[in-house]
Order: sequence, then C-alpha cells, then structure tokens
Amino acid sequence: MAAPLSVEVEFGGGAELLFNGIKKHQVTLPGQEEPWDIRSLLVWIKKNLLKERPELFIQGDSVRPGILVLVNDADWELLGELDYQLQDQDSILFISTLHGG
Amino acid sequence: MSAPDTDCFRAFYVHKFRAVLGKNRLIFPGEKVLLAWSGGPSSSSMVWQVLEGLSRDSAKRLRFVPGVVYVDEGAACGRSPADRAHTVAEMRLLLQAVGFPWHVVTLEEVFSLPPSVLRCFPQEPVGAVGTYKVAVDSYLQQQHALGPERAGGSPIPAQEGERAGQPCSHDPRGLAGPQPAAQTEALSQLFGSVKTLTAKEELLHTLRTHLILHVARTHGYSKVMTGDSCTRLAIKLMTSLALGRGAFLAWDTGFSDERHGDVVVVRPMRDHTLKEVAFYNRLFAVPSVLAPAMDTRAPEKASIHRLMEGFLLRLQVQFPSTVSTVYRTSEKLVKAPRDGRATGPRCLLCLCALDIDASDSATAFGAQTLDFSQTQPPTPRAEAGSPTEVGSAQDCCQGAGPCRRDDPRARVMEQLCYSCRANMKDVPSFDLLPPYILAEAQLRSQRYWLATQWGALPGCGASFWAAAPGDKFPACGFPQGLTRHPGVSGRGQR
Repeated sequence: MAAPLSVEVEFGGGAELLFNGIKKHQVTLPGQEEPWDIRSLLVWIKKNLLKERPELFIQGDSVRPGILVLVNDADWELLGELDYQLQDQDSILFISTLHGG
Repeated sequence: MSAPDTDCFRAFYVHKFRAVLGKNRLIFPGEKVLLAWSGGPSSSSMVWQVLEGLSRDSAKRLRFVPGVVYVDEGAACGRSPADRAHTVAEMRLLLQAVGFPWHVVTLEEVFSLPPSVLRCFPQEPVGAVGTYKVAVDSYLQQQHALGPERAGGSPIPAQEGERAGQPCSHDPRGLAGPQPAAQTEALSQLFGSVKTLTAKEELLHTLRTHLILHVARTHGYSKVMTGDSCTRLAIKLMTSLALGRGAFLAWDTGFSDERHGDVVVVRPMRDHTLKEVAFYNRLFAVPSVLAPAMDTRAPEKASIHRLMEGFLLRLQVQFPSTVSTVYRTSEKLVKAPRDGRATGPRCLLCLCALDIDASDSATAFGAQTLDFSQTQPPTPRAEAGSPTEVGSAQDCCQGAGPCRRDDPRARVMEQLCYSCRANMKDVPSFDLLPPYILAEAQLRSQRYWLATQWGALPGCGASFWAAAPGDKFPACGFPQGLTRHPGVSGRGQR
C-alpha cells in the first residue's frame, strides 16, 4: 500500500490551455495499492485536471507526441518514462512543443 | 540535471548557434539584422542567443546590429482586443528588457502596404569568402581605432535616431497603436471567408512575411532572422511537399532564403531541435510569450500542417532519428538557379520564381490550370498583335466570359505558382484581400501587356521580363503616352 503523495504538476508551452490556463497545480495523490508511476499519474490527470479535449494531451496510455515530460527538471526518457515511480515532493513538468500549444 | 551537465549543454547549445552563423558567413559585421520574434520558444531562444552573443568579450562578440520585430496577428486568429492587448503588453515588457530597437506591428497593417513589397529588388553584390574576410578585418580595425573604451562599451550603436530599447515608429501614421476597427474587421472577414485551415495558415504566413519584409526594407535591415528549429523545418519540409511547393523547398527550409533580393531571410536556429530549445529555455529561464495561434486546440486532422506535425512527431517517438533524417535532406537541396536570382516572372504571393509550364498543358499542372481556363498565363503568341487587335481579337476575350484582364480573380491567379493557386482556390473572394496584392497584380499585368505590345516591335520584347522582376520599370516610369493608353489606364488604377 503506497502512502499518499504530494507532487507538483506543471504545464507549459501551451499545454496549460487544456487546464483552464493554470500552469502550476499542487496535488495530493491518494494512497493506493500499486506505487504511483507516471502511467497512473496520467490517468489521474485525465480524470481530475484535464478540462477539455483529452486527445490533445493524452494518446493511448502516454502523452501526445510533441509533449515533453520533465521530472525534477530531468528528461523522463532517462528515468524510465511511464514506469518512473513518483516520490513525495517530485515536480512533474509537461511542455508542449506543438505548434499553437 | 547536475551543474556540470547544464554547463555542458549550455556550451553545446551556444556553440551550435554561433557555428551556424560562422559557417555560412552571410552576416557581415555592422550589418543590420531584424530578428523576427513571435514570442514562441524557438524565436525567444534566438533573441536570447543574440543578446548573449553581443554581451561577450570583444573577440567572440557577434558583430551585427540587431533589431526585433513582433507581429500581432490576433485578428487573424479571432482573439478579443483585450486578449491581444494583454499579449502585446507582455511582449513590450520583454522587448524593453532585451534592449534592442524594436518594432511592434499588427497584421492589420497589411492593408496599408505598398504594392512594391511584392517586388524583388536586386541584391547588393556580395562576393565570395574573401569579401567577408576583408569586411571583418576592416571592421576590427575600425573598432580598434575607436579605442578600448568604445570596444568595451555598448555593443549596439545608436543608429538613425533609434535608441536601444525604444519602439521605432516606422510609418508616419504612427503604427503599433490601436488599429482602426475597420481594418481588424476586414482582416477577420478575410480569414473568416477562407474555407480551410490549411489555406488560412498559408495566407497568414504569406501576409506575415510581406509585413516583416516591409518593416525590414523601410528600416534598412538587410537580413531577417527567423527562429525555425530543426524540428519545425522538418515538419515544414514535409508540409511544403504536400502543398505542392516542391520546387521551392530549398528556399522554404534552407539556411538562407534570397528570394526577396535585397533582404535575405536566415534561419540560425536550424540546428536546434525543439526538445533542446524547450530544455534550454527551461533551464536558463528564457522567457516566452504564449499567444494562441490559429490552430490552437484544433483537432489533429484540421490542416495539412497539423497532420504533418502529428505524423512526424509520432514517427519520431518510435524512430528517434526521423526528424534529423528529414532535416538532413533539406540541407542537401540545391537552389535552382544557384544564385537564387531567377529572371522571369515570380509568384505574386510567395515571390518564388514561377514554376508554371505555360506551353505544356498535358501535365498535371496543365490539367489544374484548366480549372480557370481563362487564366492560363498569356503566351506572347496569343497576345502579340498590333494595338488595334487588342481588345477585339484576343483569345481571352472570345466567348461570353469576362476578359481575363478585367477579372481581378483571374488576373491574380495567373500570377501565382502551383501551390499558391491551389491555396487560393479556398479563398472565395479576392475583394477581401489587402489592396497591395490586387494593385500589384494589376501593375504586373499592365506591364506584361505593354511588354507584349513592345514585343511586336522587333527586338523589344524578349528582354522585358528579365528586367521587370528587378523592377527597373516602376509604373510611373512608363512613357506618359503609354500609361494613358485606353487599354491600360482605363481599368480602375488604385
């Protein structure tokens, strides 16, 4: 049983437009059986934060190609991408590099 | 990322920017360079690279004189005046912080552009590598002569009354102020009438290019820098192919674009991927301003641009060398003719040498032009006749249809390249276009008509087109008797 986590989720490069224009979200992820990883964080974001057009942010079980993910200012590709296990106080940043955000 | 890693990344990033400029040797010391800043990540990063390059010690300092232009295109995207004012205010703050001379223009100003924007002016002769070296040496000597206190001072000499960090009004009407509501309305009406997002994007790109070109010319900038990244250029390459711009790929995506003659567009960010740009901007706090674009929140299949972006980026996830492979292809393309100074007619909108094949209609292009059969480019054979025949026996005037020379739509269409013709099919009413386009179309067709008249005289016709794009023949330069010819001036000169 994983304990609840407090993490900072941030959106940039236009991705914030899908989240009511709010860039920084301080969120508390509830305790659950499995440890929290990016994969489950994305599901949580889709359910709780995403305001419109989910297909412009999430495709399949990952982010849409063209959206970069940084975990504590490091490229998530170096950290196992979807399988990275979140730690308390992590900051996760999503930057859209797509034209028009 | 730990500190040594970021230092390494920073050095690499800065080196790439400087290497692109150094390798191409296009920008001469002391030359005025206009940075086209959209507020997006790549162009913001470019402005910051220039800023950093100018603050370096004298040996490594960039030696050109920068200015910045920002185009507020909110009207084309249907944004509210309050929204636009907010974005412009944000940009102004940044522009003041940067400290270069700056020009804030709105897209509405295309309605007051002169037709001469669409002409190609001859480039000042630029020699080979030797010239560049001579220029650099003489610049360094000049700097040396000015003494150490000058060399260590501000890198931006005040020129022509422009002060660093001050807005430059570049038009007697005092631009950059609020635009008349009528022009905003006209612009949104124009974009509202365009049927597809693809055509809207292309039209916006065309108008924006003309506006930036005009700002550059009126202020004596001989280079314009755009922030196209390697990722963006790879997408642009594929998009251009799909749009039928294959003939112009080398201009659209290469390092330098000489199509305008006197003002050369350069793309110094073309070795940086968008991922590098995003990381650099994040790590070194490069500010950017988000202005929602036309395709913001649009579905992925909304336009060819959007579709191609999705296609390449998705492929890139599975095959990480996709973007670089496509981009390397763009590097190998050679401009034809090599000097980039084609003689002959140019497309009215994209200003590239026309890729039309007037004599051979048994091609795909010929088939396409049949859609407006009245508009096929006139062949000298068809029009060369004595003045008395004109208007009575011309091919285009046969039948009940309106004469090509009287129909503005047909007149514009016949002066476009393959791709622009295809795009303009989605623009139902040409009356909504900014006046300079229609005026230049009319001037060109008058010039052509005159050329064919002169062509009837032995030895006069053939050299005419070669001269016209360089515009040795401004409209007022015609002999008075000719411009007053009833066949010419009676057609509603704007």
